[in-house]
Amino acid sequence: MGISIELEVNGAGVSKEVEPRLLLAHLLREELGLTGTKIGCDTSQCGSCTILLDGQAVKSCTVLAVQADGSEITTIEGLANGEYHPVQQAFWDNHGLQCGFCTPGMIISCVDLLSTNPQPSEDEIRHGLEGNLCRCTGYHNIVRAVQDAAETMNG
Amino acid sequence: MAGESNGAGVFGSSIRRREDPELITGRAKYTDDLQLPNMAYCTILRSDYAHAKINSIDASAAEALDGVIAVYTASDIADSGVPGGIPVGWLLPDMVIPEHFMLAKDTTRYVGDGVAIVVADDLYTAHDALELIYVDYDPRDGVADPKKATEDGAPLVHDEAPNNIAFDWEIGDKESTDAAFANAAHVASLDIVNNRLIPNAMEPRAALADYNSITGELVLYMTTQNPHIHRLLISLASLGLPEHKIRVIAPEVGGGFGSKIHHYADEAIAAWASMQLGRPVKWTATRTETYLTDAHGRDHVTHAEMAVDANGKFIGLRVDTYAAMGAYLSTFAPAVPTYLYGTLMSGEYDLPAIHCHVYGVFTHTVPVDAYRGAGRPEATFVVERLVDEAARVTGLDPAEIRRRNFVAPDNFPFQTQVALAYDSGNYEGALDKALEEIGYADFRSEQAAAREQGRYLGIGLSTYIEACGLAPSAVVGSLGAQAGQWESAVVRVHATGKVTVYSGCSGHGQGHETTYAQIVASALGVPYEDIDVIEGDSGVMPHGWGTYGSRSAATGGSAIASAAEKVVDKARTIAAHLLEAAEEDLEFEDGSFFVKGSPDQAQSLPDVALQAYLAHNLPKGIEPALEATSFYDPENFVFPFGTHIAVVEVCANTGNVELQRYLAVDDVGNVINPMIVDGQVHGGIAQGVGQSLYETAVYDEGANLLSGTMLDYAVPKAHFLPSFETDRTVTPCPHNPLGVKGVGEAGTIASPAAVVNAVVDALSPFGVNHIDMPVTSEKVWNAMN
Repeated sequence: MGISIELEVNGAGVSKEVEPRLLLAHLLREELGLTGTKIGCDTSQCGSCTILLDGQAVKSCTVLAVQADGSEITTIEGLANGEYHPVQQAFWDNHGLQCGFCTPGMIISCVDLLSTNPQPSEDEIRHGLEGNLCRCTGYHNIVRAVQDAAETMNG
Repeated sequence: MAGESNGAGVFGSSIRRREDPELITGRAKYTDDLQLPNMAYCTILRSDYAHAKINSIDASAAEALDGVIAVYTASDIADSGVPGGIPVGWLLPDMVIPEHFMLAKDTTRYVGDGVAIVVADDLYTAHDALELIYVDYDPRDGVADPKKATEDGAPLVHDEAPNNIAFDWEIGDKESTDAAFANAAHVASLDIVNNRLIPNAMEPRAALADYNSITGELVLYMTTQNPHIHRLLISLASLGLPEHKIRVIAPEVGGGFGSKIHHYADEAIAAWASMQLGRPVKWTATRTETYLTDAHGRDHVTHAEMAVDANGKFIGLRVDTYAAMGAYLSTFAPAVPTYLYGTLMSGEYDLPAIHCHVYGVFTHTVPVDAYRGAGRPEATFVVERLVDEAARVTGLDPAEIRRRNFVAPDNFPFQTQVALAYDSGNYEGALDKALEEIGYADFRSEQAAAREQGRYLGIGLSTYIEACGLAPSAVVGSLGAQAGQWESAVVRVHATGKVTVYSGCSGHGQGHETTYAQIVASALGVPYEDIDVIEGDSGVMPHGWGTYGSRSAATGGSAIASAAEKVVDKARTIAAHLLEAAEEDLEFEDGSFFVKGSPDQAQSLPDVALQAYLAHNLPKGIEPALEATSFYDPENFVFPFGTHIAVVEVCANTGNVELQRYLAVDDVGNVINPMIVDGQVHGGIAQGVGQSLYETAVYDEGANLLSGTMLDYAVPKAHFLPSFETDRTVTPCPHNPLGVKGVGEAGTIASPAAVVNAVVDALSPFGVNHIDMPVTSEKVWNAMN
């Protein structure tokens, strides 16, 4: 039996009837075609599915679609506003990605990190990203990217 | 920050990657992102037992579930008439090759072995149905430890392999090695476990198969590092479809590290299901499934000894290894602990006698195959740990004993005692640079002062070499490879001078589209932006062997350079004709041909391309159009080398190891894009540090995988690691057109020994001379107490 939900995704209204058990990650990917949000694990470890829910970074594989009823969601597809978000730009400029699979979730987490801590130390960046795994970069250039983005956003 | 640049100067510059805009905006499409009309979802029921007889399978409840299209078992696959095999692609003499069918027929041999297939209208139903399949198992004993598996009475994985031995392999000279030990002044001896690893590419494996029953054509989108190898094996061994009727496409691929080289059952199962149903079928692994099916890495139990003379010279090396194969022989598994391991035992050293003996052993575990480094990290760990132990028993400094034994810079090419001929190197140069940058001279006094305060600092060297750029085809063929290892490229100059490059490699994060365009921009003198690079589609480019073994620059890049050179040669002939000059009088600079001394009368490459396509006025015997294909077969492996140094502090109260500094000085030959090379080194180090401090796949006595999720397996997080210090020396490869070596695996090969050597150095006041990976707090605390 379906449950009706209404939410705003990347600025557009969405009305859906969904199974109560449907994960938000699957709603975004399978039903709304927003495949930028990735699913990399089944235990909420990897963070590839991270999105902004009412402005806060959450793992969309751990949220039921029905729990997102009435909320505003931003996915990686909704982050750029005519031009790249400074975090996206910094990831490009600093080679903060290789295979790109963790990147959407990682970028969203960095946006959240910088919104709560605009001038993080390297240690704060590394701990702030503990919910997101990357297997390619060794995080070295991700840290550089966050530092670069912080500088841009504070400048 | 580098911007994009044009033409000849682009080789060697840190251009930002052209791949990234799609990736940072979420527009890039990976396999699981694709949907096709009328697509069904496939899930696979996997054995809960390491070893069990299957008495019966009752799928009636699953079949009755609303939305389930079909449930299949091994007998359905066999009855369909397809070969159904999952073959091994590297044959060793006298190797036992058990049958490996796409699903378990009557016996399961590891937790994760496929038992049944569900196809359903939606993903959730396909998973629900797995719960409704009842399998009557008769559980048997299993064995996971590769050494214990060879003991008499151990449970057999395959009846045809007594003592679970798949192969018994050796390299080197036992007699001369034994003689060296008889004459040794010192012997360093270690028992080493090289811990089993799970690759953990962030993108789980997936396949979307679309079989057209009218045309008989199969299009298979899949997470692959080598589409042509998958096409070949699916055609020959699994499904029996003609090769030209199969098109394997690698969409965006989210990392591989080896795990997406191999031909597994699952992708073939999705394709087979599509053939049965005549509709597209998608299978996507859950993370737990990747842990239960992606080929694992390492898993060696080794005894190794180094014989040293009174002057600290190495005179003999003896290695005995039990290497797990897992339950079946995976695609290239037999090569990993043999020709990618035993052949590396000389390290950077002039070692006059080596003998390495390896048992490949079946265990009731996930099959083991190439994982980033593949044999070379294991070899480097053995050699570099033994070198430090040799330093300890001789009383020499670890840097000094290395200097005394390095192959000298004027001794290249250097023929080792274990088959390889190193082409070039300057090992002491990299060591000196690294020691200076880390401040080695001052470190020992800092260490001594810290110990006075009860703080335990350690420094560890790893002076590594590796053999990559796989590989000379005739050589690997003579060693058992059922594959060539050359690489293909097409460089196509269009009529307007724009260029499309096709490569048989298949990147999955390495930035090939950027670096290959840099190669071509430099070779043709055309703007970088005018060059597109296409990979990863067996229906589009000539046969290629894919991306692994740090081969894509050395073989794929060389193929591209060779094809570009052919294009320039043809263009020169046409330009000479147009300029009414002799070819040998023409210069080619910045993309233009002109007679020496008359640069104002030039024919640019686009000018020549247009004439080549119009073909109104071509020299006699010259075909129209302007493109070239190259199949480049390297004459040797390439041999990156360098010195990595780790600095750690061990907490005396908790045993915690803090990695304080990590420095890498690598020599990967000429560098196409320094930013990308540094990125490869960073990622490689992180995986090697992960092996040394955090990661391990744990099986219990009954061969159950205890570390079955990301909750239980410690993929390093950002705060587990420091920032890395990287530098380079440059010794160009002498035998390929770009002078490049490989960089993809260097960090993973070098770093475990550097970290463990540092920990052992820190623990030297406690009499500790070895500690197995991962070096957890518990192990360290126990060693100290």
